[in-house]
Amino acid sequence: MQLTGAQALVKSLEMQDVEVIFGLPGGAILPVYDPIIDSSIRHVLVRHEQGAGHMAEGYAHVTGRPGVAMVTSGPGATNIVTPLCDAYMDSVPLVVVTGQVPSTAIGTDAFQEADITGITMGVTKHNWLVKEAADIPRVIREAFHVATTGRPGPVLVDVPKDISNATMEWYWPDEIDLPGYRPATVPDPEAIAAAAELLLSARRPVLYVGGGVLKSGGAAALRELAELTGIPVVTTLMARGAFPDSHPLALGMPGMHGNYTAVTSMQKADLLVALGSRFDDRVTGRASAFAPEAKVIHVDVDKAEIGKVRVPEVGIVADCRLAMEALVEALRPARAAGRLEASRLGPWTAQLEEWKRRFPLAYDAPAPDPVPHGPAAHAPRLKPQFVLETLRDATPDDTILASGVGQHQMWASQYWRFEHPNTWVNSGGLGTMGFAVPAAIGAKVGRPDRMVWAVDGDGCFQMTAQELVTASAERIPVKIAILNNAYLGMVRQWQHMFYEERYSEVYLSPDLPDYVGWAEAMGCVGLRVEQPEEVLPAIEKANEIDDRPVVIDFRTDSMEQVFPMVPAGASNDDIVVHPSQRGEAR
Amino acid sequence: MTAATATRPRHHLVSVLVENKAGVLARVAGLFSRRGYNIFSLAVAPTDDERFSRISIVVDVESAPLEQILAQLDKLVNVVEISELHPDEAREAELLLVTVGADSERRAQVFQLVAVFGGHIVDVGLEALTVMLSGTPAVLDDFEELMRPYGIVELQRTGRVALPKLGSRRGEGS
Repeated sequence: MQLTGAQALVKSLEMQDVEVIFGLPGGAILPVYDPIIDSSIRHVLVRHEQGAGHMAEGYAHVTGRPGVAMVTSGPGATNIVTPLCDAYMDSVPLVVVTGQVPSTAIGTDAFQEADITGITMGVTKHNWLVKEAADIPRVIREAFHVATTGRPGPVLVDVPKDISNATMEWYWPDEIDLPGYRPATVPDPEAIAAAAELLLSARRPVLYVGGGVLKSGGAAALRELAELTGIPVVTTLMARGAFPDSHPLALGMPGMHGNYTAVTSMQKADLLVALGSRFDDRVTGRASAFAPEAKVIHVDVDKAEIGKVRVPEVGIVADCRLAMEALVEALRPARAAGRLEASRLGPWTAQLEEWKRRFPLAYDAPAPDPVPHGPAAHAPRLKPQFVLETLRDATPDDTILASGVGQHQMWASQYWRFEHPNTWVNSGGLGTMGFAVPAAIGAKVGRPDRMVWAVDGDGCFQMTAQELVTASAERIPVKIAILNNAYLGMVRQWQHMFYEERYSEVYLSPDLPDYVGWAEAMGCVGLRVEQPEEVLPAIEKANEIDDRPVVIDFRTDSMEQVFPMVPAGASNDDIVVHPSQRGEAR
Repeated sequence: MTAATATRPRHHLVSVLVENKAGVLARVAGLFSRRGYNIFSLAVAPTDDERFSRISIVVDVESAPLEQILAQLDKLVNVVEISELHPDEAREAELLLVTVGADSERRAQVFQLVAVFGGHIVDVGLEALTVMLSGTPAVLDDFEELMRPYGIVELQRTGRVALPKLGSRRGEGS
């Protein structure tokens, strides 16, 4: 069967069971957009290529399947570099197809030419410049294999226009020939045995769970390991949802804005079991002062993570789920022999409970009704944390929550109660403002059966809000809660704490733009909430709307800060708690 | 890891077998620069099997632990095999070309030194000679020092290449 390169490309995507492509056509990718008309694959037409990338990420986060985006050469390709970098940092499987100028024009500074394989070398797991139409099925098969196996990540396939137009004899490769690509899978039994011994002898252990647990589909295995051993669990920003927050062993999120108990449990631990986590600087604080008394077991599918920041006592290069299952098996005899009695951790559990009681997450009650016409008459009374608590309690517990980057992201992670894996979609490693709206759209495409909310900041929203036009046009009913504090809030918080309250270029205005008017112009329902008593009715109204996106402009208190906080570069011992708790003895 | 040599403890020779595909050298070099690792020297050429090339890299392990460098390199899809070649277990060689000032008076002295080292005169001018010498990096270092008093006009070294000594092939550096 003779096909054009373009037809072979689309057919190859079908062979990979792709159900949706997020994309935007242009000159160099034009040949590929023609067979898309006849394909079973859904195409979502974005308004900016960055949106396509983040949508593909959101889709991948909630489905565990690779997200696919397609854009043209030059500016189309460079616009998707940020999502590629984001996906690279957070190990999100993406396959991005870019058009390229004809191969005869490569290197001539042709119209809309960009060396996108060169540009993205450092932000992809691998990339390919296709040289012949006959290579297309092989390259696509390799691309999906590399994106989804081992430590997942983004890949890019660059297809020159003349290659798309050339003809080839269709085939589908039976095998993958990548001699240099051998992702780890099965754990070394000796390392598992050594890890099991450390687990048994520990008296202040913590399971330090990262995004790798979710990526490996290991939530059930984690729960079994935690319950078998009685070891408490911290879930990093990338791992929220990997372990139910309602579980008695759940300590919540550690790190720069983690809760006191999660942060301090790691500092005081005698054993950290790092599972698909990478000792990121936002988790460790000053690395040399991190968990000084802890031995470390480090499980990661990426060998380069073992010992990168902290040299472990036991390193296990393996798929996280398989390693946890092996640990459970290795510990069963000990369980039968009575070596895993809960009493062995009695003092530790009591200590954790005391910290939880004395240092819960805290925020101030809203100010009482201001005096009419007084100086504070127009000061927002809404606390962002209150909005999040209300939203959490008014939505199903399997709601998918997406977030942008900044204060609202930290409050969302702190105050949400994550009960299920793959319900939290956020930009952890790169910290990409503007992630929430397109990521939520991609998530809703991937899980149309779920309610999808995005919590966004006003600064973030302005970066990618145009994708709500995409959502309206494609009938993707996401819901956006803007915590509008009229500031680049996290930057403002740092200027407040570390720059003597000299606020430089952080004020945005609460009503420029008019978020309700903007939402309506994009085909969404727009709502505004200014008073605490309006919060729940607005959320309930939004929950009932299922035929278009909804945007709620919550006017929140600009002064609110995220606590606890470990200042950048400080030891986690120097965690700054909420002002109301600063009298508590540590 | 033990030190490479007493005189250069910072440097380790890593032999990297890569797929012979466009852009592979850029991937390897790019990895070093973006992760802040330093390359001391680098030599690359196809192997006897045209599907593969071998890159010999002398890395500066003060910039990062060798194990971390090797693990990151190993993640590149086109990198097939990595071996760290310890000097005691490898045959190392390097080529040097040097143009050295040598008028008729001093020419005989340079000839003698070249003969002692087993080098070749590959070009002769009125005021200068170009010498080619191959050998271990340490021998080349010595020769370079001996040429310095005559006035080095230009000097080019290829960087080290190496193969394991027979009977002492090691796996990855870990």
